Amino acid sequence: MAFTVTSEMKNGIAQLTLVGELDAAAAGDFRAAIEQSATSQPKRLVLMMNGLSYMASAGLRTLVFARQKMGPSVDIYAIGVQAPVRETLEMTGFQYSVVMLDRYDAAEIEGI
Amino acid sequence: MDRVDIYPTHEYQGYKFRPGKPFPFGATSVSGGVNFSIYSSHATDCTLVLFEKGQPEPKVEIPFPDAFRIGNVWSMIVFDLDYENTEYGYRIDGPFNPTDGQRFDGSRIMLDPYARAIGGRDIWGVKPDWNNIYQHRGRLVYDDFDWNEDHPLETPMEDLVIYEMHVRSFTRHPSSGVKYPGTFAGIRQKIPYLKSLGVNCIELMPIYEFDEFENSRIDPDTGEQLYNYWGYSTLGFFAPKSGYAATGKLGMQVDELKALVKELHRNGIEVFLDVVFNHTAEGNENGPYISFKGIDNKTYYMLTPGGYYFNFSGTGNTLNCNNPVVRNMVLDCLRYWASEYHIDGFRFDLASILGRDPWGAPLSNPPLLESLAFDPILAKCKLIAEAWDAGGLYQVGSFPAYGRWAEWNGKYRDSVRRFLKGDAGLVGDMAQRLAGSPDLYATRGPTASINFITAHDGFTLNDLVSYNDKHNEANGEGNRDGANDNASWNCGWEGPTDDPGINALRQRQIKNALAMLLVSQGVPMILMGDEIGRTQLGNNNAYNHDSELTWLDWRLATTNAGLLRFTSILISFRHAHPVLRNRWHLSGQDHVGSGYPDISWHGTQAWQPDWSPAGRTLAFMLAGPNARGGAVQDNFIYVAMNMHWESHWFEPPQLPTGLRWHVAANTGVPAPEDAWAIGAEPILEDRGGVLVGDRSVVILIGK
Repeated sequence: MAFTVTSEMKNGIAQLTLVGELDAAAAGDFRAAIEQSATSQPKRLVLMMNGLSYMASAGLRTLVFARQKMGPSVDIYAIGVQAPVRETLEMTGFQYSVVMLDRYDAAEIEGI
Repeated sequence: MDRVDIYPTHEYQGYKFRPGKPFPFGATSVSGGVNFSIYSSHATDCTLVLFEKGQPEPKVEIPFPDAFRIGNVWSMIVFDLDYENTEYGYRIDGPFNPTDGQRFDGSRIMLDPYARAIGGRDIWGVKPDWNNIYQHRGRLVYDDFDWNEDHPLETPMEDLVIYEMHVRSFTRHPSSGVKYPGTFAGIRQKIPYLKSLGVNCIELMPIYEFDEFENSRIDPDTGEQLYNYWGYSTLGFFAPKSGYAATGKLGMQVDELKALVKELHRNGIEVFLDVVFNHTAEGNENGPYISFKGIDNKTYYMLTPGGYYFNFSGTGNTLNCNNPVVRNMVLDCLRYWASEYHIDGFRFDLASILGRDPWGAPLSNPPLLESLAFDPILAKCKLIAEAWDAGGLYQVGSFPAYGRWAEWNGKYRDSVRRFLKGDAGLVGDMAQRLAGSPDLYATRGPTASINFITAHDGFTLNDLVSYNDKHNEANGEGNRDGANDNASWNCGWEGPTDDPGINALRQRQIKNALAMLLVSQGVPMILMGDEIGRTQLGNNNAYNHDSELTWLDWRLATTNAGLLRFTSILISFRHAHPVLRNRWHLSGQDHVGSGYPDISWHGTQAWQPDWSPAGRTLAFMLAGPNARGGAVQDNFIYVAMNMHWESHWFEPPQLPTGLRWHVAANTGVPAPEDAWAIGAEPILEDRGGVLVGDRSVVILIGK
């Protein structure tokens, strides 16, 4: 399935919704969306990943890029990470780059 | 401002490319494309072959224009490649004249020696397609990784406790409880265990890409699939084994291994690699064409005048390590692992080969070993030599060290095994070994001595005390393989037994071995699983078994919880006492005015060691005030070793006023009194001495 990423910004929280398969060809779009979000200097970055079925090596790198681009004071949340993607994050040790939650937890995410 | 040389200048079948950069070698990412660079001293032509990942036929073969060659190096930049779905290799043309050492064959596709990932054995044990024209394929990798603050730990050598580990065996057993058994990710889940045990360095048996199906066969008697399991047969020196990665199927083995190193470092554990530069997987003239043979046979291999392969490795070929070109490859390789993977040290398999010239003669000043010793990137890496080879060169104590190389001390292993089993006449030798082998390493200090009693070659510690003879029938070589001179003793019965007395003696002997190892000057190395009594049922050369025979059975951690506890306490004892971990040999003198020599030798009576040929008892004392030349303060430590079959009363030396001897460990009594946690050592009630049971070791601490 083709990859899409949509962005919105609300109350200092940048939210990106990822759908499809995030491979090398799609990583550029994801990266561009992160760069765009960073210009608004959000306090949180939330990645809605319920619809993301696959993440390849390039996608993982973009997560790390997001971590570094946003800076250490911005928490990055990955919401609804599907099992194959979660496994990839765990196997490669990338799970420490983000906070993974099953559902959007407003109290935790918005309680700024 | 962009470089002016990052735009394509040529096109071939829809692929855009331009002259590349000769350096670095291999396939590297550049702006917009991939730089491919390959060298060959004797080739006449070179073609880059690109595949869609996993496809049987190439998608394009781009000949290198001669104008793209600088010296003996061909390079080109190819633009717009799909990083994750591209595989590559080379067709190399040149003379085929085996007598002259030339074996070029342009009909074959050769693997890049500098490939940083290799496809074809992505998942362990999946039977390959033998019709595949290109079995082991170069892949492109992302070199970047988020290391955060990680860097090599540079733990002082004298403070290391090394744990030799086979990646797959460590967690493959169902009892391991890890999510990704037999993988780098699996090891990560066992880091708490390693920390609890107390080891601060793991030495991974070969993780360079190798073919587990090399020489694989079915055991005709058992039907078991036998593999090239240990991996001492390298395909590519720059690539981690994909089959050891849970993400190998996704091509992310590089990230997974780096994540393991990062996590180990975060927990204070160094990572050594067992590297195999003495030979490759290509065998001799009858072996397969994979890489070096078809790229530059005459350069990479030691060849006889008739063009055959010297075989100092015992495996078919010998890498020509002191050829300047090959030497540079070895340097490039180790620098790559040290800088890109943050590896802390390297153990060199059959390292004496690295000191031979291209015609096999030993060199007194081997350029490769010197280069490695003085290389700036490797300056803080530990370098450890298995200081012998299969061609009769034995250099324990004489390996060209340049003040840097340590050695697997085979003499330590042999002396301690014989002393342990009760052979007479070992007392003098044992004194040398316990003191860090000054007879071998007087100019280098005890940190040149990697002390070990067991390793992957040979019996496990449990089997060392359970078998007199090897039992390698399952290897399919008629029990002819594996060492015969094991210096083992079965304690009265060959193999498993219900006899409680024999089993108790075996447990005691295991503890004796570990106790002596952990109080010796030098650097101790423990074989994976010895701390919980791992057995290979008497097989001392289980190189081809991917089965319960070689997998660590984690249930033993429960069955042998007492042994595990004993081992971890002894390791913590070593960490707690710097007097056990000196960088320089102890002199037997008092240089700090404590009134005691830094090390002193005793028999059953203080100050009177029994050096006689019949002697089987020995004791020594380390004077805490003299630790590290007086630079640190430590307690007195006294170790009494009774390898006789009768108990003996040992009289330890008198301590300074105000100090008393306390019992840190006593292998002659059952758990939990066989070892006491740091600070909880009970006082030795009898000031006159201690009764050391038959075949037992007692460790006292004076405080």
